[in-house]
Amino acid sequence: MFEMGRRPGFLGYSSFERSKIAFCYLALLPILALFAILRIIPIIETFWLSLYDWKLVGSVRPFIGLANYQGLIGDEQFWLAIKNTSLYAGASVILGLTISLPIAVALAGKMKLSPFYQAIYFLPFITPMVPMAVAWKWIYDPRYGILNYILSFFGMQPIGWLIYPEIAIWALIAMNVWKNLGYNIVLLLVGLRNIPAVYYEAASIDGAAGWSRFRHITFPLLKPILLYVLVTSTINAFNVFTQVYVMTLGSQAAPGRAVRVLLYDIYENGFRYFRMGYASAEAVILTLIVLALTLVQFKLVKSEA
Amino acid sequence: MRDTQHGIGSDTGLPGPGASNRGKKLPELVWSGAVQLALMAGAIFMVIPFLWMISTSFKPPTEVLSWPPNLVPKEPTASNYVGLFGEAPFVRFFLNSVFISTVSTVAILATSVVGGFVFGKYRFPGRDFLFLVLLATAIVPFESYIIPLYARMVRWHWINTYQGIIAPYLIMSFGIFLMRQHINSTISDELLDAARIDGCSEWRILTSIVLPLSRSAGGALGIFAFTQAWIAFMWPLLIANVRELFNMELGLTMFQFRFSTDYGLLMAGSVLSVLPMIIVFVFLRRQIIESIALTGLKS
Repeated sequence: MFEMGRRPGFLGYSSFERSKIAFCYLALLPILALFAILRIIPIIETFWLSLYDWKLVGSVRPFIGLANYQGLIGDEQFWLAIKNTSLYAGASVILGLTISLPIAVALAGKMKLSPFYQAIYFLPFITPMVPMAVAWKWIYDPRYGILNYILSFFGMQPIGWLIYPEIAIWALIAMNVWKNLGYNIVLLLVGLRNIPAVYYEAASIDGAAGWSRFRHITFPLLKPILLYVLVTSTINAFNVFTQVYVMTLGSQAAPGRAVRVLLYDIYENGFRYFRMGYASAEAVILTLIVLALTLVQFKLVKSEA
Repeated sequence: MRDTQHGIGSDTGLPGPGASNRGKKLPELVWSGAVQLALMAGAIFMVIPFLWMISTSFKPPTEVLSWPPNLVPKEPTASNYVGLFGEAPFVRFFLNSVFISTVSTVAILATSVVGGFVFGKYRFPGRDFLFLVLLATAIVPFESYIIPLYARMVRWHWINTYQGIIAPYLIMSFGIFLMRQHINSTISDELLDAARIDGCSEWRILTSIVLPLSRSAGGALGIFAFTQAWIAFMWPLLIANVRELFNMELGLTMFQFRFSTDYGLLMAGSVLSVLPMIIVFVFLRRQIIESIALTGLKS
């Protein structure tokens, strides 16, 4: 790269440098404009809109301060959404890691995940959500679904998996665990294989094996990547929407049975009832939750590095 | 970090926890047999939804609702796939998805290469600040600022237009970040200076040096961008209210609300929607898994 003087001010640059700088701004202009219109301004506007009572239609848009947030505090549906989303995220992540960790540890030895298994375990992760949600809806079908058929061998009565929100959320969690299992395993495998073999050799000299080896060597050394998977999965789970919409809304998208998650509540308030200001306040809450999780992640990465 | 690439896909995995008990033959055999068995059981669990989907898609309506269900269709038929061309404009949905994803991919590649090049190879006032702002937008989930974006589309009369559906998918901050890393590590400053001495303008350098040299990272980014646009759901749901504009995901969703009992047809539609992703995955499995594992580790 050409040396550039530390002299302050634009006029300090030579004409050659100036033409390069002009190129930079010119080339970046359309990109920055797109980012401003499609990302930066809407992000700021969301905060701004959350302070207004705005119905989208009509030009009246009174400023109401924090009233939307006060409304949220007393809104049972909002709290239900927070509760459901947290349960969905927490249970998905914990179940997902509990299942994928033993598999990854078992595989991390001499065995390598053969391309065949690799492909099969990874398949659900790369396939789009809607067709998979439709397929699982068919599996969960109360009358003809294969799940109730399998359970009937164990003497169980048919269950309406997606009919009652309290059951449906667990059906959604199970599907989420299934979909992300391969991703978890691959990341954990990378982490396990980065643990230097000398640690294990030293441990076997000290007589540590099995559980104690896992507890004192594998687990602490795997912790950074475990935490990474934990936080990113939680963030992803907080943005759940598609499966909820496809699997738990009734025919003609009737909301009666929907599992109320945060994005669904935002969708309903904003785009069914057109309470745009109120929905923006909810969106701000979602943003703050995700930002907090991201901060935790940065902190963890820093402290482990 | 270099070892990670081997660990995932190739034979040169590092000796892991099992390596130290090489002496004990029998327990190890039992152990690896048990692991293989568990792996196989897991694999069956992973593919059952796919098999069930494919199997149902080849069943005639009477067999779909037969009890007990047959895992393999007794009288296989392609009528569900034929039905996709008739009852619902699935071909149209499919082409919409292809069109939307292609435009998005081209735009993201273009903006990412240009952005990555300028941020990676030049110094100009405000560079670090601008780069930081672009990266920071990636932290905020897209769905959380969907309301003002939607309002803007209403103001621009872009509801029910292709440009409205595509707009948010024209840029990707991760793309700019990725291309910046790639360009910084593969294209030397000397090469660029040599080109300048030969009289190349900065634009010429961009098109005839940087563009061809960013092909490999561009490929990975392209797959990522295409997939992201293909699976778009919430935004098209808001913007596209006429079925001529539905993408595959939206078409399938609306279709399943209308024909909620015709699972044969629905599964055929699902197979069609999954197919492009599976084909790409089969051909590029290793690259995809490696790049996902590595981006996971780096960020």
